[in-house]
Amino acid sequence: MLWTTAIVFVIVIAFVIAGIVRDGVATRSRGVQRPQVVAVSVAVAATTLILIGLLAASIWTGRTLEAFQAPSAITVNVVGHQWWWEFEYEEGVPAQRVQTANEFHIPVGRPIVLKVTSRDVIHSLWLPNLQGKRDLIPGYTTAIWLQADHPGIYRGQCAEFCGMQHAHMAFDVVAESQADFDRWLAAMRQPAPPPTTASAQHGRDVFNSARCASCHSVQGSVAAGLVGPDLTHIATRSTLGAGTLPNTPEHLAAWIRDPQVIKPGNQMPANPLPD
Amino acid sequence: MTAGELEALNRTWSDPPGFASWFRHVDHRTIGRRYLVTAFGFFLLGGILAALMRLQLSRPDNTIITPDLYNQIFTTHGTTMMFLFAVPVMQGLGVYFVPLMVGAREIAFPRLVAYSYWMFLFGGIFLYVSFLLNAGPDVGWFSYPPLAESLYTPSKRADVWAQLITFTEVASLAVAVSLITTAFKLRTPGMTLNRVPIFVWAQVVTSFMVLFAMPAVMLASTSLICDRLVNTHFFDPEQSGDPLLWQHLFWFFGHPEVYIIFIPGTGIVSTLVATFSRRRMFGYLAVVLSLVATAFMGFGLWVHHMFATGLPQLGESFFTAASIIIAIPTGTQIFCWIATMWSGKVVLKVPMLWVLGFFGVFVLGGLTGVMLASVPLDTQLHDTFFVVAHFHYVLIGGAVFPLFGAFYYWFPKITGRMLSERLGTWVCGLLFVGFNLTFFPMHVLGLHGMPRRVYTYQASLGWGDLNLMASLGAAVMACAVLLFLVDVIRALRVGLPAPANPWDASTLEWATDSPPAPCSFPLPPTVGGREPLWDNAPDQPVVVGLRRDVREVLVTHVLDAEPDHRKVFPAPSIWPLVTAIATTGMFIWSIFTPWGVTYGSIPIFIAMVGWFWPKSPTEGGTRPWPIAHRTLPLPREEPAAGGTI
Amino acid sequence: MSEPRTLDVSALPPGAFGPRALTFWGTLGIVIIEGTAFGLAVGAYFYLATRLPSWPPAGVSPPDLRWGTINTLVLLASMVPNELARRAAEKIDLRRVRIWLAVCLVFAVAFNVIRIFEFRHLNVWWNRGAYASIVWMLLGLHSTHIVTDFLDSAVLAALMFVGPVEEHRFVDVEENAVYWYFVVLAWLPIYGVIYWAPRLM
Repeated sequence: MLWTTAIVFVIVIAFVIAGIVRDGVATRSRGVQRPQVVAVSVAVAATTLILIGLLAASIWTGRTLEAFQAPSAITVNVVGHQWWWEFEYEEGVPAQRVQTANEFHIPVGRPIVLKVTSRDVIHSLWLPNLQGKRDLIPGYTTAIWLQADHPGIYRGQCAEFCGMQHAHMAFDVVAESQADFDRWLAAMRQPAPPPTTASAQHGRDVFNSARCASCHSVQGSVAAGLVGPDLTHIATRSTLGAGTLPNTPEHLAAWIRDPQVIKPGNQMPANPLPD
Repeated sequence: MTAGELEALNRTWSDPPGFASWFRHVDHRTIGRRYLVTAFGFFLLGGILAALMRLQLSRPDNTIITPDLYNQIFTTHGTTMMFLFAVPVMQGLGVYFVPLMVGAREIAFPRLVAYSYWMFLFGGIFLYVSFLLNAGPDVGWFSYPPLAESLYTPSKRADVWAQLITFTEVASLAVAVSLITTAFKLRTPGMTLNRVPIFVWAQVVTSFMVLFAMPAVMLASTSLICDRLVNTHFFDPEQSGDPLLWQHLFWFFGHPEVYIIFIPGTGIVSTLVATFSRRRMFGYLAVVLSLVATAFMGFGLWVHHMFATGLPQLGESFFTAASIIIAIPTGTQIFCWIATMWSGKVVLKVPMLWVLGFFGVFVLGGLTGVMLASVPLDTQLHDTFFVVAHFHYVLIGGAVFPLFGAFYYWFPKITGRMLSERLGTWVCGLLFVGFNLTFFPMHVLGLHGMPRRVYTYQASLGWGDLNLMASLGAAVMACAVLLFLVDVIRALRVGLPAPANPWDASTLEWATDSPPAPCSFPLPPTVGGREPLWDNAPDQPVVVGLRRDVREVLVTHVLDAEPDHRKVFPAPSIWPLVTAIATTGMFIWSIFTPWGVTYGSIPIFIAMVGWFWPKSPTEGGTRPWPIAHRTLPLPREEPAAGGTI
Repeated sequence: MSEPRTLDVSALPPGAFGPRALTFWGTLGIVIIEGTAFGLAVGAYFYLATRLPSWPPAGVSPPDLRWGTINTLVLLASMVPNELARRAAEKIDLRRVRIWLAVCLVFAVAFNVIRIFEFRHLNVWWNRGAYASIVWMLLGLHSTHIVTDFLDSAVLAALMFVGPVEEHRFVDVEENAVYWYFVVLAWLPIYGVIYWAPRLM
């Protein structure tokens, strides 16, 4: 596509320049000029052929991409929110379903089917290095597939303007070996272990008594809020706030204290907790 | 005619002087000038908004502009450029030049055109006052629900946007009806359909597109206001509405909209290429048919804005095919232009430089358009800066460059002064360089994954350098526009007086003075060929017998322009302004309460009664009642006398 | 240089009826614009119908046939005085124009009043979902036309009775008739969609 269009561009501009430089006759006669008629007809015909060729190539490519069928695909349900991503692995038993946010893992070399929708406004899921984008439209659930052929961390982002923090709605897909993926999925299935240290227990109490639990859920505890991302395995994620900040204890503390400074307009209120 | 008769004629056609009378002017040249100046003013405002965007995006993680303000800025920039600049400026050129080019002294329905100008102006003021009051729309120029619904945009911002649509669409529709009627019914005798200038054809084709496309966005924006104001559920999925319905309605308008902007641009290019190649356009029939084909096909492309939504692949393929095939009529026009230049003797005056800029920029944009038409490619490029680059290349290349060419070409006619060749060359060169510096890197940014409508981006993504280059390019573009303003001001003060036909062009507007006398044509010429000023015989008949005491215009037959009847056109009137004020009141009131529609209609009704109420006998019209015998022929009756050429 | 020949148009009539008149082309413009709007609204109606499992949705009955059908007949019947007014205008017959414009106004009052009953018997308020919204929008769009048709015919009739009457005012009467035809004929597909489509789907 690129080469064809580039060559066409060069040819057209060359003719324009030639037309300017060349001094024809400043004729005002009404006669038909055969050479021009032939030249323009040839150009139109050539354009038509090139365009039809490009059209055929485009449709063929599209069909190849869409014709994918694979019984061995892993299905992930994706729900877009303002301004974070909810991922859920579709397994047989509801008790075994893994729910996470803003980062998910896939095994290398296996097809993945994403079933996407939105809970609020239109978002768009886009992993530039893995697949074209697909809009997340409330009221619609559509399926898009992808497959990572090489291990790595692939960055994705929202690609449809969805409000104040559309610019900070990224996510990561970690592609790893099948064994690593199985291990990760098994770990994700575990509920949060009960806190052992005193400070951790204090943290859990604060989490449940302050407003945190009304929006966030932690599997294995009483916190079951559905407004914000699931935080069961938040320590395993590499970023906070849908790709806005690296996940470190300092950043997490700053985020909890006042997310509006970091990502103004997002739905999480400030929590001025004592240190 | 004698000098006294000419003076009486000009007095009849003059705009009455004085401040109060300024609001009553209805002459097409006055309103056309106002359209051009006002649209250009909005161009400058939209450009300032763009400069602010480029400032914010010049470095990663920039904090000059808050996300809320940025969202208002990019929405207002797009809305301004599409609704308050691009369409009105092209219509303004039509309002000024279509009557002159067809040899008419006035446009059809002059008061309607005056009304449309006021609606355009008031709509724009409404948008910018809202913006300054922090109530500017902030959900993008295409305002997708559910984001635009009241649940996610509880303020009045989206209502301001939706009602701005209503203002500008009413204005555009009114002008479109007037232009079509002018081109069909007011042509001077001898101007059969195959002798109509290509610029006029382009305006007619565009006007038809306006009539068919704008109802779609009116329906959509009205439905959105209803959703937000009275709880209908067209677009919200919670209650069985459908967000995709909005997209279908909006893009059914939105795609023809870009051709509404581009086709007049091609009309300008055809005019300039012919004049500055010193020969008639090659392939008149092919070009006119291409315009019509483009207009028809333009209505079959809209789903290519929705390729990422997951619609069935077979349906999407149809729209890919249409989006690619529409390049054929456009390409035909390009080849005809090249053939004209090839076989003519090109004179590289400033208007022609702008045509060169058009070729360089628009063709590249058209080719990226072919790329975007492909679904697999589009799913990667959609909603990225690649698309931003594409549409700026086709819109600035296809409309703004021809527009500047048109300014340099027609400025002498409108104002009676010549712009500067030297400054004009600098403006063109600066804009060309600045434009490419700004927008070419955006292709790469899109390919590197930068999405649209983001108020900032992280440094780690590596987009900083290209964004900085784009922002510097924007500064160069701003210099070009400033230099243009300098040239205009200089020309208005001390520019060389312009002759009637400085470019030795062939169309009828050059048969008037520069600027034209109030009556445009003291002796309206008839035509004997497609290039009147080149083809007309020395004794080509001129029209006589129109009244000098009222604004009388000759109405002719649609196909062959044979004289049919005379019509008295309105004298200056305050009613267009009064009606526009009443309409503005109703539109603004109705975004606050539905009763605004009911009660707000009452002043409009009163104003329209005033508008259409018969004037006194001294203001023209037929002989008063009762009459001895009828003077008006029946629909199929031949006129009593008239004569043919 | 020879004197240009002249084309003397002073003997041409000062106006014309029918498609020769400029007003006809203005009316044609309105017809295209509003016709397109109606067409798109009908398209939206059927599009939304594909999105719901049942149409009308469960618990909503289709609009009552009675008032809509009565109004359709009234609108169709109004074409008779409309045509007679139009012909009288072409003949520049002031007496007949006054009579038939007055009769048209009676019909206009009738179909506007019956329209109120139609709204009340749609069997659903506009805020009950997409079906309700599009039905109200379709009926509402057409209603703006019957209201404006009534208003401008009323002003025109008043003018023909009170004066000042002029010859080209008869062209306005004739062109008003054209707009009236559009309003009536555009109603027929909308009637079919609002009242019959939910019963046949």
